[in-house]
Amino acid sequence: MDDLSRFGPALALFVAAGLIVVVDALLPLAGRGPWNSRRALSVALGLLGVAASAGWSLALALGDEQGVAFDGMIVIDNFSLFFCFLFAGAAGMIILGSTDLIGRIRYHAEYVALVLTSAAAMILMAASQDLIMLFVALETQAIAFYVLVGFLKSERSSEASLKYLLLGAISTAVTLYGMAYLFGLSGETSLEGIAVYVRQADEGARSGLILAAVLLAAGLGFKMAVVPFQMWVPDVYEGAPTPVTAYLSVASKAAGFAAVIRVFVISLGEGVVTNDWGDMFAVIAAISMTVGNVMALVQGNVKRMLGYSSIAQAGTFLIGLAAVAANDPQAQLGTSSVVFFLGTYAFTNLGAFMAIIAISGKIESDEIADYSGVFKRSPVLALALAACLISLTGIPPTAGFWAKVYVFNAGVRADLAWLVLVGVLNSVISSYYYLRVVMNMFGRDPEDELTFRPSPFLGLAVAVAVVGLLAIGVYPTPLIEASESAARAFAA
Amino acid sequence: MLTIAIFLPLAGALGIALLPKRQEQHARAIATAYSAAVLAVVTYLFIAYDRGDSGYQFVDSTKWFESDLTNFTLNYAVGVDGLSLPLLALTSFLSLVAILISWRVDLRPKEYFAWLLVLETSLMGVFSSLDFVLFFLFWEVELIPMYFLISIWGSGNRVYSAWKYVLYTFFGSAFMITGILTLGFTAGTFDVRELAQIGEIEGAVIPAWAIFSLIIIAFLIKLPIVPFHTWLPDAHTDAPTAVSVILAGVLLKMGGYGILRMSFSIMPDVAKDADVLLAAVAATGIIYGAVMTLVQTDLKRLIAYSSVSHMGYVLLGASSIGLVGMTGAATQLVTHGLLTGMLFVLVGMVYDRAHTRDIGQLSGLAQRMPFITVMMLVAGLGSLGLPALAGFAAEVTVFLGTFERHEALTILGVIGVAFAAGYILWTIQRVFWGEATERWADLTDATAWWERGPLLALTLAIVSIGVYPAWIMDLLRDGVSPIAERLA
Repeated sequence: MDDLSRFGPALALFVAAGLIVVVDALLPLAGRGPWNSRRALSVALGLLGVAASAGWSLALALGDEQGVAFDGMIVIDNFSLFFCFLFAGAAGMIILGSTDLIGRIRYHAEYVALVLTSAAAMILMAASQDLIMLFVALETQAIAFYVLVGFLKSERSSEASLKYLLLGAISTAVTLYGMAYLFGLSGETSLEGIAVYVRQADEGARSGLILAAVLLAAGLGFKMAVVPFQMWVPDVYEGAPTPVTAYLSVASKAAGFAAVIRVFVISLGEGVVTNDWGDMFAVIAAISMTVGNVMALVQGNVKRMLGYSSIAQAGTFLIGLAAVAANDPQAQLGTSSVVFFLGTYAFTNLGAFMAIIAISGKIESDEIADYSGVFKRSPVLALALAACLISLTGIPPTAGFWAKVYVFNAGVRADLAWLVLVGVLNSVISSYYYLRVVMNMFGRDPEDELTFRPSPFLGLAVAVAVVGLLAIGVYPTPLIEASESAARAFAA
Repeated sequence: MLTIAIFLPLAGALGIALLPKRQEQHARAIATAYSAAVLAVVTYLFIAYDRGDSGYQFVDSTKWFESDLTNFTLNYAVGVDGLSLPLLALTSFLSLVAILISWRVDLRPKEYFAWLLVLETSLMGVFSSLDFVLFFLFWEVELIPMYFLISIWGSGNRVYSAWKYVLYTFFGSAFMITGILTLGFTAGTFDVRELAQIGEIEGAVIPAWAIFSLIIIAFLIKLPIVPFHTWLPDAHTDAPTAVSVILAGVLLKMGGYGILRMSFSIMPDVAKDADVLLAAVAATGIIYGAVMTLVQTDLKRLIAYSSVSHMGYVLLGASSIGLVGMTGAATQLVTHGLLTGMLFVLVGMVYDRAHTRDIGQLSGLAQRMPFITVMMLVAGLGSLGLPALAGFAAEVTVFLGTFERHEALTILGVIGVAFAAGYILWTIQRVFWGEATERWADLTDATAWWERGPLLALTLAIVSIGVYPAWIMDLLRDGVSPIAERLA
């Protein structure tokens, strides 16, 4: 029973996903128009599933029911629990944000079910304690996303889906290759078992371990969307339905980071290759931040701009990961900074995308130039988007400011002052393209004076995100404590 | 009490933001009431301040949050000493002035006054923070209102200027936060009071001079110092009048304050080694700024470049590493704030009436606007350092303090004063005297209470400091003396 109970947060989502599809198929066609009872039911069941999952996680956290399940395949610790909440929350936000889309598409039940399935798979990615489990979760998540990206079935959407599928398949193969190397060297698939091997490995095994680390970083780097594994990002972000783009940029990225943290910190955290992969991530961080920001500068489409900005943001997270290696792994500072950053980034980026869905849906354009004067047409949405973009820039009093301070702090303490300097200079570059959108919304006159409001569900999603990022901005303690206890899960 | 003074404007901004659209004409009254209340609170602090006690007073300190893992504790800690109190007074005074002279702003008044009040909160916060991270937080918050104020209510190439301002400042803060984190990590605290006790920074991941450079570069950009000054003329020229007043009057002072409070008092050893370099940079700024001022044809640009020159005195005084020079530098912060603030108010009034700031086109205004002309004489003469007006006391003290340590560079600085006399008198002569042309025949003088009131108040402050400088200089001297002791 312990096994099942610890599997609960993912199980609730899987069950809800299955239920939605079955119930939808059994129900007779009811009503016409975009909002018939079947669509409402899909959304309601989806949100119920998310709530059940979050509630289960909460029960696990409060009941202190931590430990491994299924013979060490997954583990419920503070780290997994943090991501259980993050993914359930993200899935809930995405469902709220997709209500406009769900009203338009035919396969609404499948859409909601896929959102839940991928959330469940991402929870398992964060909780995997074994390479095999990790791979299964990775694939489940990826396949759900391939379908979601192509859900509009328009030319752009299908092209994006195909691109994502092909590059995703390659990255999976590379990941698997890296896992095979680890298994070949150590004879173990469990992360703890590999760690035992790595700790006593000598110089002879070093080149093999470096190769494994590089392959794993390359494969998972695709999920994290860091340079040079980012080629898919702009096209997929632009082509996918916007809620799915939001989901990709927040949840899929967070899942990639969670998996990387687990594998690298637990298995490769102590041993001959620690400094090597630390240097590798430091270099990837510097390149990602710079390339992402420079490319974002010249984008005219807001979704592409956020795509490149998410590459740059991922580079900033990596400073924390590089710090993990450079620091004593027991210090956990780097890990907690990445986790904290992911938490704030979830609020910030989801909020930004939700606001963009609401605005773009009304002005029927994703071009930054068309955002002129949005403040006059919908002051609330313009302010909300501005708050999110200011948080992404890292200006107080928002969550993004503390996230940057925290991750830079981790970097400085790990003797990575050069990397931190690259990071802060990149913040300067990023301010230009983030604030340009803000400027367009506030400083210019709209072509069309018609005012508009977001739909209630979308409005709720935006409100949750903005209140969250401002609350963290004023009082970050709870999230800092949560991320630190998550990081302590690795202090064996 | 201090906390109230800092956050009162923010409360006002929220109040204005919640104002219904139909009643937006009341925004200015609310803004005036709130900023007047802040001035009243600061005046109370000024009176209640115990001049015998050289430590921080009115300290409000509470733990904001901490993280055990990183050993990172952030306190909300604010307090004032002799150095920060006059600057707080300057901030609250000029903010009220800025709001009053904006009485006629009718473009989106709600947002305009709300942003001005947000700006005031961030400035008050900068001058009273006792925690380096909190200081940085307020320092950064200031960017957002400034960006909007310049880019929406500005004139000319306003969007470009707003960008330039934000990017320059953000560029500086990028270095500063790296420096702050390194410093805090090495010292184990971000508390300014504790940091100032440490003296020598040891065991840092980068050498102490590197930390010093990272932090001071943000202050030098803000001051501004050549060659990081190019944002200033643009921002000043295109900003609305009230924002120019705050920018010249208060924002530049953040740089000077930061140098004295943070750079010098926390890392005195490095500061001592860097004194000649800083003095040379200061002298370059004074001369370069003065020469550039002479060739300007736009009134606002002219005053902007004169600020570059005048803020050089602040750095020059600071680089003397002695009590007298640093007292002069601190006094220059206050007096330049009043004088240049007043000059910008006046230029704004001329521009509102004549719709041009081109010195070549303006002439003979004295006949049309005698009140503005008299005020211009007061501010201009004060600015060129005429005795009995505020500027004199500050500049003389700077020169007295600096001469011993940097003879040649001080002489260069004194030459700057000669330039100042030249450009100010020449400008006043061209604009206000000369032939009264037909074109300006129907210009009116400043008559409204919200125009005359701030100008008379500024005059009062300038004359009172000029005639009896001790009332403010003693306070500032007490404020910088602990810093000077650390440097000795």
